[in-house]
Amino acid sequence: MRVSYREAMRQALHDALVSDPRVFLMGEDVGRYGGTYAVSKGFYDEFGPERIRDTPLSELGFVGAGIGAALGGMRPIVEVMTVNFSLLALDQIVNSAALLRHMSGGQVSVPLVIRMATGAGRQLAAQHSHSLENWYAHIPGIRVLAPATIADARGMLAPALADPDPVVIFEHAQLYNTEDELRDEPNEDWRCDIERAAIRRPGSRLTVITYGGSLPKALEAADELARDGIDVEVLDLRVLRPLDTETIAESVSRTHRAVIVDEGWRSGSLAAEVMARIVERCFYDLDAPPVRVCSEEVPIPYAKHMEDAALPQAAKIVAAVREVLNV
Amino acid sequence: MSEKYPELRANVIAILRGIAPEVEADDLRDDRPLRQQVDLDSMDWLNFLIGISEQLKVSIPEADYGRLVTLGNLLDYLRAKLG
Amino acid sequence: MFDFTLPSLGADMDEGKLIEWKVKPGDTVRKGQVVAIVDTSKAAVDVEIWQDGVVHELLVEPGERIPVGTVLATLLEPGEKPPPEGAASAGERAGKLTPAAAPGASEAARQRISPAARRRAEALGVDIARLMGSGPGGAVTLADVEAAAQPGASKSAETVPVAHPEADRNAEMRRAIAAAMSRSKREIPHYYLVETIPMARAQRWLAQVNEGRPITGRLLMAVLQLKAVAAALAQYPEMNGFFRDGRFESVPAAHIGVAISLRQGGLIAPALHDVGSKPLDQLMRELADLVKRTRAGSLRSSEMSDPTITVTNLGEQGVESVMGVIYPPQVALVGFGRIMERPWVEDGTLVVTPTVVASLAADHRVSDGHRGALFLAELRECLQRPEEL
Repeated sequence: MRVSYREAMRQALHDALVSDPRVFLMGEDVGRYGGTYAVSKGFYDEFGPERIRDTPLSELGFVGAGIGAALGGMRPIVEVMTVNFSLLALDQIVNSAALLRHMSGGQVSVPLVIRMATGAGRQLAAQHSHSLENWYAHIPGIRVLAPATIADARGMLAPALADPDPVVIFEHAQLYNTEDELRDEPNEDWRCDIERAAIRRPGSRLTVITYGGSLPKALEAADELARDGIDVEVLDLRVLRPLDTETIAESVSRTHRAVIVDEGWRSGSLAAEVMARIVERCFYDLDAPPVRVCSEEVPIPYAKHMEDAALPQAAKIVAAVREVLNV
Repeated sequence: MSEKYPELRANVIAILRGIAPEVEADDLRDDRPLRQQVDLDSMDWLNFLIGISEQLKVSIPEADYGRLVTLGNLLDYLRAKLG
Repeated sequence: MFDFTLPSLGADMDEGKLIEWKVKPGDTVRKGQVVAIVDTSKAAVDVEIWQDGVVHELLVEPGERIPVGTVLATLLEPGEKPPPEGAASAGERAGKLTPAAAPGASEAARQRISPAARRRAEALGVDIARLMGSGPGGAVTLADVEAAAQPGASKSAETVPVAHPEADRNAEMRRAIAAAMSRSKREIPHYYLVETIPMARAQRWLAQVNEGRPITGRLLMAVLQLKAVAAALAQYPEMNGFFRDGRFESVPAAHIGVAISLRQGGLIAPALHDVGSKPLDQLMRELADLVKRTRAGSLRSSEMSDPTITVTNLGEQGVESVMGVIYPPQVALVGFGRIMERPWVEDGTLVVTPTVVASLAADHRVSDGHRGALFLAELRECLQRPEEL
């Protein structure tokens, strides 16, 4: 069955709402408007305003309300329109949701799922285009997911809801229109693990490590390199916190080389963390210095050509791979 | 197309290959301008004519250069000179 | 005692591989003598020494890849006594391998080897000091170590895979040209001027000169054009020299880089030295020799590093005019199109006459269009008086 990322995410939300009465969806424009990215289209009519709740433009308020609902035994899914706006709710997420289990000595937990769009590439200008996943990946007490494939969009929500602690799911805005075959699963159970990274394309000469919206670009680069006989592995991190260091180390120890692609800015990036772990774990297996392909360190521009130039692109990945391999 | 003076042609092409080693005898057409078929600049051309005049013992005045456009022209010219 | 360092043989060269020494310790060398052959991305180049002396010590082994500025050998000044045995400690000698004044010099001196390759070399008992690296920045990689450990693989450096085997020369040259031309277009604010020059007088004069000569003594129009460029440069020295470190260095002699295309693709523009002071016959002989040696891949280091301006003659391939890209750090390029008959007005009468379109691409940091226009006008006048060239 061929399905879009948007549709896969919609189906996952629908399943959650149908299967558990404690689940409700809350956020800006999720109800009457059907979701900024049309993920919750039709839900308002089907589930009603109690479970599909439109909120005021107050991230601090409604994320806080979600935390309260989770503490009270609900299983809220809070949608924040983009990661850029989630900064208004940082205090609730970092100081409350992530800490309450610790601060209460294990008496309470916050089974909250926060979904947010991230990333650039759609000419939405600087205040709607940044990739701040690593801000959240820095925080102990929360799990951070980056579904990049249709199967992960379909399968990550249920285990995220089952997690007793807060889970932040990043949906790259450029992925919503991507399509792929969604395999039929026995008993329509599409749940997948939210622990491990995944090898999306096996290869021998170098590992391209990426996540989220950069995965299609990395795969495109790998295809182009394959046409020149350069066989690279593509690793999708999937889970940004806690990072699956084992899978990364296994792959890089085998290929001896790594290029890390991250739409975040290079300084203090998630790519930097991945690179640090590679050096810690694989130093004696490295055959060349790892290289990063990140966004240029500028506010993401509005103009199409400048936005394109600022972001990681397949051509930049190809060039980085060639640099590392010296071919 | 039957080729003129096969022996002379072979000699001339051997000299040409000294200048332009990539030349294949079969690819050259006698009726097309030679310097378009083979990438020869004026220094190459001069060296080619020097090679011909030294190896075939003919003198080629500069005034005659204009007549030597195709390989066919050149072979006719040399044939006449060599008698 | 003085150091003989690897010179930069063009703006696009930052390293080379020593192929062969032409001298040994104790040899007396004269300024301009070829002392070594170094492989660059473009060609194997005969490297000349720039000072008289006596070879004291050769510091680099054939097969080694070395950055520009590396000390290749030490020499004694004429009459200087060799230092007493053991005076130069091993440490000092190692220090001499460091390119003088190059930033990051210590990195260049330490052999680059990947951690994985180092560990594998240890396990296989391969002597890494003998390996040539094929990785980024010349680093020794796993593949280099494994190739060296193959049974039958000689331990000597020459047989280990290197980054520049002959077959890759074309790709290397393409990269080198790409780097130089990109730099040119990035850094040099070019301006372009063109002038149509009547060539009837020059052609007539040349035909007369050549008429009485055996074919081996004949002159080419290209030589006349080069000489005319040199004559015009004498009047307009701001077209002749180098722009380096933010300032222009004028060079008194016109060492004209002659753009010579290679049959397998690519191009080299080695210097025809001091064109202005040499008679046409000598220039013709030197040009013929230069073309031959360029095509054979045996150029001298001074020919690679000295050109003060480039002249390209794409008219040979039939185009009417050429707008050139300046070869940094030079500041100008003169292009000649094809000599062809065109309608021309002379003394109020329309005539058909051979003409050539000459172009100037010049560096606006150094000269202005006004001077460039005067230069082209001077070039035109020089070609009207071929007998004076």
